[in-house]
Amino acid sequence: MPASISHPATSKAKLQALRKKPVRKYLSLEMAVPGVFLLSASIVMAAVAVISLFVFRSGIPLIQKVGLVSFLTGRTWDPSAGIYGILPMLTGSLLVTITALVLGVPVALAGAVFLSEFAPITVAVVLRRCIELLAGIPSVVYGFFGVIVLLPLLRQIFGGSGFSVLAGAIVLAIMILPTVLSVSLEAIKTVPQEYREGSLALGATHWQTIKGVVLPAARSGIFASFILGMGRALGETMAVIMVVGNTTRMPRSLLDPVRTLTANVVIEMKYATGDHQQALFATGIVLFLFIMALNFAARLTFANSRRSK
Amino acid sequence: MTLAIKIATKNLSVYYRQLQALKYISMSIPEHSITALIGPSGCGKSTFLRTLNRMNDVIEGSRVEGEVLLDGQNIYSHGVDVSEIRKRVAMVFQKPNPFPMSIYDNVAYGPRIHGLKRRGVLDEIVERSLRAAALWDEVKDRLEKSALGLSGGQQQRLVIARALAVRPEVFLMDEPASALDPISSGKLEDLLFELRRDYTIVIVTHNMQQAARVSQYCGFFLSGEMVEFNQTKTVFTNPRDKRTEDYITGRFG
Repeated sequence: MPASISHPATSKAKLQALRKKPVRKYLSLEMAVPGVFLLSASIVMAAVAVISLFVFRSGIPLIQKVGLVSFLTGRTWDPSAGIYGILPMLTGSLLVTITALVLGVPVALAGAVFLSEFAPITVAVVLRRCIELLAGIPSVVYGFFGVIVLLPLLRQIFGGSGFSVLAGAIVLAIMILPTVLSVSLEAIKTVPQEYREGSLALGATHWQTIKGVVLPAARSGIFASFILGMGRALGETMAVIMVVGNTTRMPRSLLDPVRTLTANVVIEMKYATGDHQQALFATGIVLFLFIMALNFAARLTFANSRRSK
Repeated sequence: MTLAIKIATKNLSVYYRQLQALKYISMSIPEHSITALIGPSGCGKSTFLRTLNRMNDVIEGSRVEGEVLLDGQNIYSHGVDVSEIRKRVAMVFQKPNPFPMSIYDNVAYGPRIHGLKRRGVLDEIVERSLRAAALWDEVKDRLEKSALGLSGGQQQRLVIARALAVRPEVFLMDEPASALDPISSGKLEDLLFELRRDYTIVIVTHNMQQAARVSQYCGFFLSGEMVEFNQTKTVFTNPRDKRTEDYITGRFG
C-alpha cells in the first residue's frame, strides 16, 4: 500500500502526512470499494457460467447419443420409445413468437408514438400507469385470461378446441406490449427536439416528421425493444402452456395446437428420468442457443439495413 | 435604396402563458437584403424570428397577437397552411441540426416530403442546393456518408442546402454562426452575401461585428420591445436611441 502513494514529486513531509491514520483509513476504503463492486459483478458472471455449464453438461450427452441433426429435425417426440425429435416444439416456439410479434409490435409502437407525440399530458400519465400495471400482472393470470376469455372466443369464431398457436400468440402479444412500448417510448423521447424542429421548419407535417425523422433516429432503440419483446415471448412458459394445447404434433396452421420448447421442459420434468431427463435439458440448450441466434440474426439484419440506408 | 417589403409585422405580441415576451412589434423587412436583429439574451429577438414562420406554434402555451404579413398576406389568419408558410420561410438554427442520415438524404428530405420522388430530379436538386450552399466540392464524393460526420461549419452549410432544396423565399437564421469557429463563420458570412441576391434573410446574432459586416438593415431589441430599426450604417454610426448607443458601444447587455 505505501508503494502506491509514493510519487517522485511528493516530498517526504507530505508522504508522512499521507501515512497518518485517517488518510490511510480513507485510502483503504477507496481501495475496498472497487473490490466490492467487482465481487458483485463476478456473482453475475458466475451465475451465467454455472447455469450454462450445468444445462450443457446435463444435456449434451443425449444430443451426442441421438445426433444433433436428428434431435433438431426429428418430427417425433416419444420418450417411452426413446425417440427424441424436437422439430414440432421448435416450430411451435417459432410460430407462437413470430405471430405474437406480428400482432403486438405494431400496437406497441403505435402506442409509443401516440404517448410521445400526440397524447395530452394527463392522458399520457394515466396510460403509462396502465402500462406499468400490465407489466406487473403475473403470467399465470394472463394464461387464466386466455382460458376464460380467449379460448371460448376462438372456439366461437373458428370452431375446434380453441387451443392453438393463435391463442398463445394473442396472450403473448398482450404480455410483450409493456416491454416493447416502454422501451421504444424511451427511444423516441431521446430523439433531440432539434430534429423535429428542423423537419417542421422545412414544411413537413407532424406525421411526416415522425415518419421521416423521429422514428428513423430512434430506430436502434425501437429495434432493441423488439428484441426484448422477442426474448420475453420465446421464454414465456406458464401463460403459453395454458392456451396452446401442448400436443407434440407438427402444426399445420395457426389454429393447430402446439407445444413450445419451454412447455416441453415444464410438462415432463416432474416425471422424467435418465435419457428422458437429459433430453429435456437438451431442449433447454436448444432454447438457449435459439434465443442467442435470433438476437444475433436480428442484430445482423439491423446492421445491414443501416448500412444500406 | 427602395426595396419591396417582403415581411411586415403589425403590433405583433407573443405571450408565453402570462409572460409577454414581445411587445407590439411593427417592422418592415425589405426583400433581397440581410436584416440583422441584435440585442441582449432574452430580449425577444429569437421569439420574434420564430413568429415569422410560425415555429412558435410548436411551443406549448405560446400565443401570438397582431399580424405577420408575408407578401401582404397574414400568416396567422384562419385557414393558412402552416406547412406552406414554412416551405416559403426557411429556418436555420443555432445548433446545426442535420438529420442522422446521409448527406444526400438530408438535402433530398424537403423535396421528398413535398412529393418529389424521381431520382434524376432529386439528384439535380441535391447538387444545385449543395453548390448554392458552397458545400458541393467538399462533399460530392461522400454523398452517401452520414451527415453527422461533417464538421460543424459543414453541417451548418448542409442545413442551409437542405433548406435551399425546398426553394424558400426567406431565410430565418437564429445565431447560425455562434457554434462555429472563425474560419467556418467567415465562410458562412460569404455564403450569406451570395444568398442575398435571391433571398430575403433575417439573422439573429450576438456578434455585433457580424451584424455590421453582413447586414443592410438592423433592428435592436430590448426586453421584448424593438428600440430601433434602421439601415445598419445608421444604427451603428448614428443611433437615434440612447439605449442602442449604449448597447453597441458595449456599455450594457
